[in-house]
Amino acid sequence: MTRYSAWSLVRAGFAGQRTWDPAWRDAAPRKRYQAIIIGGGGHGLATAYYLARTHGIRDIAVLERGWIGGGNTGRNTTVIRSNYFYPESSRFYDFSLTLYEGLSRELNYNIMFSQRGMWSFAHDRHGVEMLRRSVNAMRLNGVDAEYHEADEVQRRIPGLNPLPRFPIFAGLLQPRGGTARHDAVAWGYARAADRLGVDIIQNCDVTGFDIRDGHIVGVQTTHGDMASECVGMAVAGHSSVMAERAGFRLPIISYALQAFVSEPLKPVLDTVVLAPSTGTYLSQSDKGELVIGSGLDLFPSYAQRGSLPVLEHTAAGLIDLFPQFSRVRLLRQWAGIVDVVADSTPILGESPVKGLYLNCGWGTGGFKAIPGGGFCLAHHMATGEAHPLAAAFSLDRFRTGALIDEAAASGIAH
Amino acid sequence: MLLIECPWCGPRAESEYRCGGESPIVRPADPAATDDAAWADYLFYRDNAKGLSFERWHHRFGCGLWFNIARDTASHRILAIFGITDPRPVPEPGA
Repeated sequence: MTRYSAWSLVRAGFAGQRTWDPAWRDAAPRKRYQAIIIGGGGHGLATAYYLARTHGIRDIAVLERGWIGGGNTGRNTTVIRSNYFYPESSRFYDFSLTLYEGLSRELNYNIMFSQRGMWSFAHDRHGVEMLRRSVNAMRLNGVDAEYHEADEVQRRIPGLNPLPRFPIFAGLLQPRGGTARHDAVAWGYARAADRLGVDIIQNCDVTGFDIRDGHIVGVQTTHGDMASECVGMAVAGHSSVMAERAGFRLPIISYALQAFVSEPLKPVLDTVVLAPSTGTYLSQSDKGELVIGSGLDLFPSYAQRGSLPVLEHTAAGLIDLFPQFSRVRLLRQWAGIVDVVADSTPILGESPVKGLYLNCGWGTGGFKAIPGGGFCLAHHMATGEAHPLAAAFSLDRFRTGALIDEAAASGIAH
Repeated sequence: MLLIECPWCGPRAESEYRCGGESPIVRPADPAATDDAAWADYLFYRDNAKGLSFERWHHRFGCGLWFNIARDTASHRILAIFGITDPRPVPEPGA
């Protein structure tokens, strides 16, 4: 397979760019695998990649019902950050961010990770206190964080409304936060995993599980049965559906989370901005589009489309922050189905079925966790032991009560 | 946008309502005698079905009363509306 470089680009240019190999093979499914990953999104592909690279397990199939990266990996707003509150979350998400920092080089695939910083605001005196608390917590956890007063926020973000409906008293900046090309993360992991021998099988729905004495022995798919005693599941909003096929329930509720993209503009915004008052956040892509999101449609949904009240609310929040965008047209609007748990902390590790491992519960923030989630699930599947970074994210915490309540703590829309 | 028929106020927009999650969820009769797994099941574990789902809704900006809805979570079609203490209706075949 061709290594991507400036030189290979020039050389292929002499041949009219017609000499490129497919980035991954269209693999034919086999009857038996050492490990099977259900779900060909970022988390599933990253799990396969780290199983192959770190643990030397190369006899792996990734089964994807649709196409690679066609679910939430291709539907999110591409923000990467680690501004969490509790030590367990901070350690994990900062590890994931650190992996992102080296990912383009490691995968030989430009994921366009731009560490343009991420801001979240305080809108009143109490918000200022909570923001200071967040900054201090992040620093104690070894994560970069800066606190800035209102005039500094206004100076650093040109065009920000000086007199919004919800005034901006202060801002928390995580300088290492930013955005990446979401499709490239899926494609980069797919290509790198494929190169290590992983079979990527698309249009392959898992319809059932073969379980013997409480231990998984294989999966039934639309491409026939496949045997394996080590299966990982990274299917985000459809986790409950897949769990039901394996005979158990999960503490998850699936919601639609919307995102919006405007027509392309000249560069107007060089950072990521979140206003907790309205939940609205936005950044500008390299194509010039404003990428906008806010809260969930607050009723359970498996429809990958959002409802209009949230669109209206988000637009109002956007115009409050940047009144000059009031005449910008939205080009596209869509939704991804996110797997929300009570404490906004992921579920990583064992399921009630032995040999079937879970990677779910990411809620509205799974994209930033892709490298870390894949790394830790691969560790668990290969060694049978939870990775220390993910040990606190077990499903069992709902029984023991050791919840990590980031929903209430981190001051971020979840 | 959902158009939801409140049993008391008639059809109103989704934005007047709040979804209260799956229904019914029955609290274990004797919490002290309930083990941690069963208690976690009551607190956190849900069917979260794709397709027919039963949930309670609150007409927050209307009459303020609660009622139950049978709804398809994939198509968003509302299949039945019934009282907060009524049993789940049996869905018609093909609904």
